[in-house]
Amino acid sequence: MADPSPSVGRPLPRSAARRLAFGRGRYADDLRFPGLLHLAFVRSPHAHARIVRIDPAPAIAAVPNARVFTGADIARVCGPWQASVDNLPTLVSPPQHIVAVDRAAWQGEPVAAVVAASRAEAEDAAAEVVVEWEPLPAAAIRDRTLDADAAPAHPELGGNLSYATLIRAGDPDAALAEAAHTVEGRFSFARHTGVPLEPRAVIADYDPGEGTLTVHGSHQAPWHQQDTLSRHLGIPEHLVRVVTPDIGGGFGIKLHIYGEEIAVSAVSRLLGRPVKYVADRMESFVSDVQARDQSVSARMGVDEDGGIRGLAVDALSSFGAYAAYGRPPVNEGMMTIMMTGGPYANGHYEGRLRIAFQNKPPSGMYRAVGQPIACAVTEQLVDWAADAAGIDPVDMRRRNYWTDEACPLTTPGGIGIRRLSLGRCLDRLVAMMDYGALRAEQAALRRNGVHRGIGVATFLEMTSIGPERYGPAGAHVSTQDGATVRLEPSGAVRCVTSVVEIGQGTHAALAQIVADCLGTAPQHVAVVGGDTALTPYGGGAWASRGLTIGGEAAWRAAQGLRQNILELAGSILQADPAGLDLAGGAVCDRATREARITLAEIGRIGHFRHDTLPPGVQPELAVTRHYVPDAVPFALANGVQGSSLEVDTETGEVRLLDHWVVEDCGRIVNPLLVEEQIRGGVVQGIGGALFEECCYDGEGQMLNASFADYLVPMAAEMPDIHVGHVETPLEGTALGAKGAGEAGTVGAPAAVLLAVNDAIRPLGAQVSSLPVTPESVLTAIAAARA
Amino acid sequence: MQEFADIALTVNGDAVARRVETRQHLVDFLRIELGLTGSHLGCEHGVCGACTVRVDGAVVRGCLMLAVQADGADVWTVEGLSDTGEIADLQQAFIERNALQCGYCTPGMLLTAAEMLEAGRRMTRAEIRAFLSGNFCRCTGYHAIVDAIETAMQGRFGG
Ligand code: FES
Ligand code: FES
Repeated sequence: MADPSPSVGRPLPRSAARRLAFGRGRYADDLRFPGLLHLAFVRSPHAHARIVRIDPAPAIAAVPNARVFTGADIARVCGPWQASVDNLPTLVSPPQHIVAVDRAAWQGEPVAAVVAASRAEAEDAAAEVVVEWEPLPAAAIRDRTLDADAAPAHPELGGNLSYATLIRAGDPDAALAEAAHTVEGRFSFARHTGVPLEPRAVIADYDPGEGTLTVHGSHQAPWHQQDTLSRHLGIPEHLVRVVTPDIGGGFGIKLHIYGEEIAVSAVSRLLGRPVKYVADRMESFVSDVQARDQSVSARMGVDEDGGIRGLAVDALSSFGAYAAYGRPPVNEGMMTIMMTGGPYANGHYEGRLRIAFQNKPPSGMYRAVGQPIACAVTEQLVDWAADAAGIDPVDMRRRNYWTDEACPLTTPGGIGIRRLSLGRCLDRLVAMMDYGALRAEQAALRRNGVHRGIGVATFLEMTSIGPERYGPAGAHVSTQDGATVRLEPSGAVRCVTSVVEIGQGTHAALAQIVADCLGTAPQHVAVVGGDTALTPYGGGAWASRGLTIGGEAAWRAAQGLRQNILELAGSILQADPAGLDLAGGAVCDRATREARITLAEIGRIGHFRHDTLPPGVQPELAVTRHYVPDAVPFALANGVQGSSLEVDTETGEVRLLDHWVVEDCGRIVNPLLVEEQIRGGVVQGIGGALFEECCYDGEGQMLNASFADYLVPMAAEMPDIHVGHVETPLEGTALGAKGAGEAGTVGAPAAVLLAVNDAIRPLGAQVSSLPVTPESVLTAIAAARA
Repeated sequence: MQEFADIALTVNGDAVARRVETRQHLVDFLRIELGLTGSHLGCEHGVCGACTVRVDGAVVRGCLMLAVQADGADVWTVEGLSDTGEIADLQQAFIERNALQCGYCTPGMLLTAAEMLEAGRRMTRAEIRAFLSGNFCRCTGYHAIVDAIETAMQGRFGG
């Protein structure tokens, strides 16, 4: 930035926290609407079944004010959609009805919508709707979905393969054959989900008078919703408005377009009344998008002194019953094969991917998308290879990182790297962990039969993805964001942004950026957003893009306003604007720093006293700018994580002792916000490493669809998390910020997996399935003893 | 299938009398009938703690208690404790430490933390973590929440 900044870089608390901590949050379910109706869904109890007949009569008999809409009723207002990607013509995907018609393809798929005066009555009525089913065989075991005799997830497709691709660079076969040591493993990553604490919620209000549809919802991408609602309900886009109130967490789960939200809007349109649907937790487990769910075979070859020679991965990924509609659905698998091996110098690579359907909830983007898988596979192979070559894992990494001289480069997986700071991050991490002392303590305790483990994992984090990914795919996803910055008559500032605030604190950081540009304090800048009718058009909250893209847009808008303020001040003061500057809430002399006129005075004259201005002066005290990331296709953050833990070899339990992260997200606007993004992300990564799994039986029935049974990280089991920073500003932008929202989640599963295997290695045991459970640890130890 | 009952109770210091459905749980009553939307619902089956409220001096899960069971009770929510200033130090510590992101778990966390403070002494981080084990937070990873509660304890009990 042009001006050394007093507020960017400081750990300032955010004003929204003050509101939320007083119970004054306004989440979707808190809002009140006159004449509101409540909607509940009848869901399929079968993973795969034909709908023979739906009889709504008993529901109406039980709750006379209820109305029942079957899939066919909804289809009359809104037909099926079909996931497609323009630049992946071989992608196979079946049409998906908003509410199932004729056949349900996963347990939990909506088959009818029931509306009544209260939620309790809607649920009462929904329970009485009679559906006659004809169960069909289900594709429910990931690793068998592509077998010749596997049941088809969709009979009309003739097979379960949706997409297959191959990345090849160099000569991986020869490189692996010639390597001094090769290590290999077969990894499994369980299907899990994002569990934001606030479930998905939507209130749709169709006004038949004006033909407008206003939707309030807990959603990360209101623009995407607006587009989908307009196209699929046939309502002109300028008559569709999506408002996001406070959002109780998203993590990607609320990024997608769900049939439920469209159905609520369709019913509102049919009835001309506002209609609300809030998922309950059991529904969330069977209807929120699920993620990960891959098996990966991988092999790495190294030479005598530990240099990586070649790498090959083969991943089988799952879509669930449908490829999630509206955004390129292949990303979980693609990120796996593109990012594996990413941090390490290597020219010989093969990445093979197959994606198959199963009769389970649709898969979608969950925080870090595929990258935790790539990271865990890569880092475990590097640890095993270090062991084979007799090299300490930290030295092994330092030896193999891409060097500064090699950059810029494109990895064999296809990731463009401009600059990394891995060596510096590693040095910092080793110092923070006191790595040498930890190793010494580990060795001493091992002599007493205590099994401590240490894991050190390198990660790359792809953030702020630009138009190259979404444009050619034909997705209606905007990768730009916009901001309007306005000087109020009092000299206070308003920033209206397209950035969606879901708890990360991006709005607070925008206030810091704008304040610095205008020489004022962040508390004089109010940031508002979350309304597609009122803010500039944008993308939403995903891919850790809020500051990199939305922050850059706000910076540009504030710079424009700054220029306008200086010009107006020049007219008022009869001075050359080039000799003026903004500081301390006033226009000052650039050379002497002496205040000439306050922002409040500029605001007053600019808005109320045009009569005093020279003829021809038109004050323009609001400026809108948009920013499309154009310098790089995405902002690549990087870092290293460390985990220290203890494995109880009698019970198989893993006790986390400490966790460290050193990350480089470019320029840090507010370290308080960044560090909590990192910590929160780490704990979600630990969830995937040790606890979280959507468990299914062979028929596709989810066995743990409640908070009592689906394990999530709770406070008592979590370690303290120490965070350090290296700052390498992103080139080509004014701010230099990269994303930080997913770094924790990318690297934590790897660090924990490596530490567990480090702990049980002396027993000859190893695990390679996540989550690592007490049972899997004991099984591994028993297998090693046998 | 609807049955109703009359209840009279105190909520945040105010006397309240209502006819309620016998199956309505306490948090739905607070949210829907009284407009006290500071208490949240994350699971409605007693695991996540988002619905934590204080009833007759002890924290309870408002989703596991029926409104009719609160007949005659003294109920406090985050709104009431904010108004009285009882948890002002905790709230300040949460804000300064950024111990909340989306804020959905926060009212429940604050009520639980307020109960911790009633022990009248500083606790170790491990004790604080154990006390929080019925409150799920998906955003923060807990570290900052533990920090904030430590700060509030230090403020009240010194050391
Ligand atoms: S809503 Fe009561 S414990 Fe989750
Ligand atoms: S701050 Fe979002 S759940 Fe705790």
